[in-house]
Amino acid sequence: MAPSESRVLSAPMKVEFDYTRSLGPVLSRFMSALAQQQVLGGVLADGRVVVPPPEFDPVTHAAVTELVPVSSAGVVQTWTWVTEPVKDQPLDRPFAFAHVLLDGSDAPILHAVSVDSPAAMSTGMRVKVRWADEPTGTIRDIAWFEPVGDEEPAPSASVETTGEPEITGIISPVNLEYMYAASPEESKFFRGLAEGRILGQRCPKCQKVYVPPRGACPVDGVPTAEEIELPDRGTVTTFCIVNVPFQGQKIPIPYVSAYVLLDGADIAFLHLILECDAADVRMGMRVEAVWKPREEWTTDLNNIKYFRPTGEPDAEYETYKQHL
Amino acid sequence: MAKVPAAVIGVGQTKYQAARKDVSIAGLLREAVDRALADAQLTFADIDAVVVGKAPDLFEGVMMPELYLADALGAAGKPLLRVHTAGSVGGSTAIVAASLVQAGVHERVLTVAFEKQSESNAMWALSVPVPFIMPVHAGAGGYFAPHVRSYIRRSGAPTNIGAIVAAKDRQNALKNPYAHLRNENTTVESVLASTMLWDPIRYDETCPSSDGACAMVIASESAVGTSGVTNPAWIHGTQMRSEPTTAAERDQVNPQAGREAAAALWKQAGITSPIDEIDCAEIYVPFSWFEPMWLENLGFAAEGEGWKLTEAGETALGGRIPVNMSGGVLSSNPIGASGMIRFAEASLQVMGEAGEHQVDGARKALGHAYGGGSQFFAMWVVGADKPSN
Repeated sequence: MAPSESRVLSAPMKVEFDYTRSLGPVLSRFMSALAQQQVLGGVLADGRVVVPPPEFDPVTHAAVTELVPVSSAGVVQTWTWVTEPVKDQPLDRPFAFAHVLLDGSDAPILHAVSVDSPAAMSTGMRVKVRWADEPTGTIRDIAWFEPVGDEEPAPSASVETTGEPEITGIISPVNLEYMYAASPEESKFFRGLAEGRILGQRCPKCQKVYVPPRGACPVDGVPTAEEIELPDRGTVTTFCIVNVPFQGQKIPIPYVSAYVLLDGADIAFLHLILECDAADVRMGMRVEAVWKPREEWTTDLNNIKYFRPTGEPDAEYETYKQHL
Repeated sequence: MAKVPAAVIGVGQTKYQAARKDVSIAGLLREAVDRALADAQLTFADIDAVVVGKAPDLFEGVMMPELYLADALGAAGKPLLRVHTAGSVGGSTAIVAASLVQAGVHERVLTVAFEKQSESNAMWALSVPVPFIMPVHAGAGGYFAPHVRSYIRRSGAPTNIGAIVAAKDRQNALKNPYAHLRNENTTVESVLASTMLWDPIRYDETCPSSDGACAMVIASESAVGTSGVTNPAWIHGTQMRSEPTTAAERDQVNPQAGREAAAALWKQAGITSPIDEIDCAEIYVPFSWFEPMWLENLGFAAEGEGWKLTEAGETALGGRIPVNMSGGVLSSNPIGASGMIRFAEASLQVMGEAGEHQVDGARKALGHAYGGGSQFFAMWVVGADKPSN
């Protein structure tokens, strides 16, 4: 191993999805009002008004049904300074996160306050909503709060609209970017693939050969140190024909997703079967790897493009039935 | 110290459907919770602790939903626990709740499980490509279909068994007002004629994608006594087992963890012949072929013979061992709740409250759930009589 080469392989992995969130009756009214530059608070059983309105009373647990308009201006109760804003925060320059008690409410809302420096922030200062230029019916319709000028009159409580709320859902994007790291044993396996070799490991206790290697036998819990090089041919144990399109799919359908048991291995792994009709794939079919051209090899199981039938007679059921 | 006898005294379910766009996740849960509390003739003030379960977070994209749900679940000032065991979570959540009562820690525990699949896409969430390996994964169906093929090969079952299960469960669902799918014309022939999705699994042999929640109130013997409930579902036994996802020669058709959980469960409940002593069973069957597979895994039939019970109609209402009287996971699948629905439906049977899908005179019932790559198992036996053990 070169000194610069890490013991484990890693690669970026992205998980992203736009969840479609239903808001329910309370938050639908709240978001619909925001889209019209109005702020609504929920009236709790003890008479307190809370923004954003909770769906259920924190004391009585009853559903909150009464929403009332509150002012879009209020007082900073406490705050903290954000020196380095991160992506998707309300402001892309340094700002404060603050608890703002809106006039007419009894509990503060957490939001951003836009000022030039922490010196411009103080507990007790008056701030008002800076509305987003384009309403979206989300909490981001409050772009941020900003200080109220000395002579500026505070906006009064907004007027509540009536009728069915227009906004009943929001899109909630999730975007997670990982650096995925393979285990040291898997890394050896993937590096072997980059040289056209398939490396497994044998458990010293049960003698089972694992490919990809696991580092430890999941049954005996002991390290699997002995390295075994395996051939690139084996037997289809079981399989399915995937005929379902889905988001994120990489392989055109229909395709055969098969468990391939390499000769000398004791566990099968999933791979593609091609160069024959999907309907002709069968249990016990003998298959061999079809590799990408050598110059395209990387540390990836995709170096094997797929497996194809060898034309040998099918393996006897007795030889693979313990893998079904 | 002996366990405190415990029983289910309240069950609440939402109507399962493809999308409940009128409620938030919290509102969905509350519907089930309010119904369970009303069924138990209790209020939040009577509840000592709350145990909540849901499927993997990516399924709805709400990380640690138990934090946001505390208000809706009336959990302020009380212990609030979340359980997480993939698809079996509804079952293991109920078992954790029961164990808090059986251990003498609490008198009345509220337990609830949920899923709002309409906010996400479970197929996507189960198929996120991982670096370095082949992206052949295709959701739960793609995972389980090869093992169904293995079952068919090992057992020599006729290839229409899966369709028999699907047709039966869809017909049962018509008797359950909470069931999602209401496909009146489903027959063995129509199932066989439906599109092949993950060969050998056809469209009609798969579960739907549902929104829904299920809740139960579990009470101690003394709390049952002071409640107004006269027909509790007594808990006769609970078991959970796990096993590795992948191991050399691991049996995914008849997993060891499931076999061992069942054997321990029957012993605990004093049952020597499950098929003779259990009146009906709610078994986690997301793909139709899992009915015969789990009949064998649970010990209702010898290995390789589960399909014979299905084929002979013995798992239908009126059969020797009715399975999934409610329509099962094949008719309603809010994933995180699906296990708890099995446990709750088993309870309703021995409470005599299952309505149109009631098995006459049911005294002992099984609730079962599994999850992950068939690696988590949770099951319980409930009875109309207080357990003698």
